[in-house]
Amino acid sequence: MTDTPLLSVRDLVVQFPTRKGVLTAVDGVSFDIKRGEVLGVVGESGAGKSMTGAAIIGLIEPPGRIASGQVLLDGERIDNLSVSQMRRVRGKKVGMVFQDPLTSLNPLYTVAQQLVETVRTHLPLSEKQAREHALALLDEVGIPAAKRRMDDYPHQFSGGMRQRVVIALALAAEPELVIADEPTTALDVSVQAQIIDVLKRLCSERGAAVMLITHDMGVIAETADRVAVMYAGRVAEIGPVRDVVQHAKHPYTQGLMGSIPTLAHDSDRLVQIHGSMPRLTDIPPGCAFNPRCAHAFDRCRQDRPSPIQTGERAVACWLADQEVGQ
Amino acid sequence: MSAPSDTDVLVRVEGLTRVFDLSKPWLNRVIEREPKRTLTAVDDVSFEIRKGETFALVGESGSGKSTIAKLIVNLLAPSGGRVLFDGDDMRKATSANARQMRSRFQMIFQDPFASLNPRWRVGDIIAEPIRAFDLASDKASAAKRVGELLETVGLAASDAAKFPHEFSGGQRQRVAIARALSAKPEFIVCDEPTSALDVSVQAQILNLMRDLQDEFGLTYLFISHDLSVVRHMATRIGVLYLGRLVEVSEGKALFQNPQHPYTSMLLDAVPDLDMTGRARTQVVGEIPNPIDPPSGCRFHPRCPLANARCMQDSPMLQPTAIGESACFAVEEGRREVPNTSTAGAK
Ligand SMILES: Nc1ncnc2c1ncn2[C@@H]1O[C@H](COP(=O)(O)OP(=O)(O)OP(=O)(O)O)[C@@H](O)[C@H]1O
Ligand SMILES: Nc1ncnc2c1ncn2[C@@H]1O[C@H](COP(=O)(O)OP(=O)(O)OP(=O)(O)O)[C@@H](O)[C@H]1O
Ligand code: SF4
Ligand code: SF4
Ligand SMILES: [Mg+2]
Ligand SMILES: [Mg+2]
Repeated sequence: MTDTPLLSVRDLVVQFPTRKGVLTAVDGVSFDIKRGEVLGVVGESGAGKSMTGAAIIGLIEPPGRIASGQVLLDGERIDNLSVSQMRRVRGKKVGMVFQDPLTSLNPLYTVAQQLVETVRTHLPLSEKQAREHALALLDEVGIPAAKRRMDDYPHQFSGGMRQRVVIALALAAEPELVIADEPTTALDVSVQAQIIDVLKRLCSERGAAVMLITHDMGVIAETADRVAVMYAGRVAEIGPVRDVVQHAKHPYTQGLMGSIPTLAHDSDRLVQIHGSMPRLTDIPPGCAFNPRCAHAFDRCRQDRPSPIQTGERAVACWLADQEVGQ
Repeated sequence: MSAPSDTDVLVRVEGLTRVFDLSKPWLNRVIEREPKRTLTAVDDVSFEIRKGETFALVGESGSGKSTIAKLIVNLLAPSGGRVLFDGDDMRKATSANARQMRSRFQMIFQDPFASLNPRWRVGDIIAEPIRAFDLASDKASAAKRVGELLETVGLAASDAAKFPHEFSGGQRQRVAIARALSAKPEFIVCDEPTSALDVSVQAQILNLMRDLQDEFGLTYLFISHDLSVVRHMATRIGVLYLGRLVEVSEGKALFQNPQHPYTSMLLDAVPDLDMTGRARTQVVGEIPNPIDPPSGCRFHPRCPLANARCMQDSPMLQPTAIGESACFAVEEGRREVPNTSTAGAK
């Protein structure tokens, strides 16, 4: 065993040329995920969570591109592989659950056909064995009566069932790293619990690493070991889940926690973070959060804070910097 | 609770049933000697949605929520029963009448990716209902309205020139919401409207939906698997299990005092954000196969209160203190968990 993290993302920058100049969707993001670890990724809509995931597995659609930075899988760079080399990494070493379940499913083939095809591309199994493996996967993700339903087409499944098929597809080749983009959004709590179990088992039993992108803090609290909070293309705060959820340090994270409706509290309106995230082509100088931040002071409008590490946590905020300095 | 008069009711669902045919094509079936295979996704469901309220439907994945939504907006034909919109059956309306009715409601789909045409600019997508129902005098006023709508949902007016693929998941969901609002409907069916949104945008959208309701008296059918969101939004709640309605109740009361054993089980499974260390109560048992559902009460294989009667007879909705519930135990006042020797409880 080595201490090399399974996934290491270093200063990743993803850009899109647009009519109005270059748009930086991911702006210098760094993090590691160890074997057996789940890293949760949360943040404002449009903050660059899906783009970070897509960049890791080399699926940024042109004209978008990785402008700089590195992605290391098990110590080896995978951000500069050829298309065919990357195809081999994808599926076999890295499985991806996309935010949009329909794009990963082909409407013309049955669920079983698609699973068998994926399994056989990556694992040396016969047609019959692959079908059994597919059935086991569908059972694992909780499709009721999977045996009788696996020969149906995707449109004959409910939204949540399709989402589970996509998860089964991502796990089919037993990858070492799973990037799951909103895997449980369309799922009710009981199925959600089952999927969380599957992901956790993947980590504990097979030592896989999971990057779990979700806006559901309940899921993060229950599944993730660490969590990264993204805002406007950057990591605002990263650290152990308990610390971040219970003692958020970044003002954006604090606002995020306040917006969550709960079963315990009664209120007519949910707390909103005042204002909205800036356009990526129009990020203010200094801290990207400063126009919405109740604590902003002069320095925040001039200098952009980078994540400042203290122990296991890093916070990109000048307030946290002052605290450390004292 | 007094029964609402007809003028209070906007949508009345009566004995609604939808059966899907899952059989292979006839020839394959004959060759492989397979019987016909059908699935009853919605089974004899009746409820009403009152003007100005938010009626929520909850239930596990596959319980029939989206199917009911599509039946209500007439995207699917019922196999039995009917839907009355303001007293009229849309399937029987003349085409002019149907068009007029059609302009009064909109649907936000569970899958925002599939419902936005990838080749259209977002501005055209949002303006489509305005054009279809002749709601703007000219192009400029339509464009102005599109810009306002984009800002209402937290995007920028200049986003109208972009294509759907240039947006993140949550941003696309907001485009779908802007589109639903553009024709100023009275009734909106929202199938998981905020499930792709982060919590701060979700809070914005949910607050916006409530403001619109207060301002214009909008009525919502609200489908979500997120019970804390449902609690926040719903006036009344219907709980579905395997295509059947098992409980209908006043919103907040359902959370304090669930009547049906399935509702109690759903509530206990909500994850714990306060991280008090409370393990979430796992929902026990499998969701049974909808192709051949259990006899009697469909919930009996998973129900801690099940007895012999539950395995034979099917309970009907009966009035309770907070609404209606379909359960023999509730009817009989049997609320204690029987000891393990009782039939049905595993
Ligand atoms: N093809 C594209 N061209 C231009 N900009 C794009 C393109 N795809 C994405 N973007 C922009 O990149 C930013 C990051 O998008 P991303 O999909 O990573 O967001 P996200 O954090 O996953 O959000 P969500 O929670 O809504 O899914 C968004 O602001 C989006 O508008
Ligand atoms: N077009 C179809 N053909 C065959 N079966 C279908 C079709 N549409 C839905 N079904 C089946 O009907 C049942 C109910 O599906 P529905 O989409 O209404 O569920 P739902 O409650 O919306 O679930 P989810 O929470 O997963 O979206 C499911 O078993 C599904 O497989
Ligand atoms: S750096 Fe300043 S503006 Fe940014 S979050 Fe911290 S206090 Fe607020
Ligand atoms: S009718 Fe019987 S099985 Fe059904 S919910 Fe009530 S007690 Fe349980
Ligand atoms: Mg995304
Ligand atoms: Mg659905």
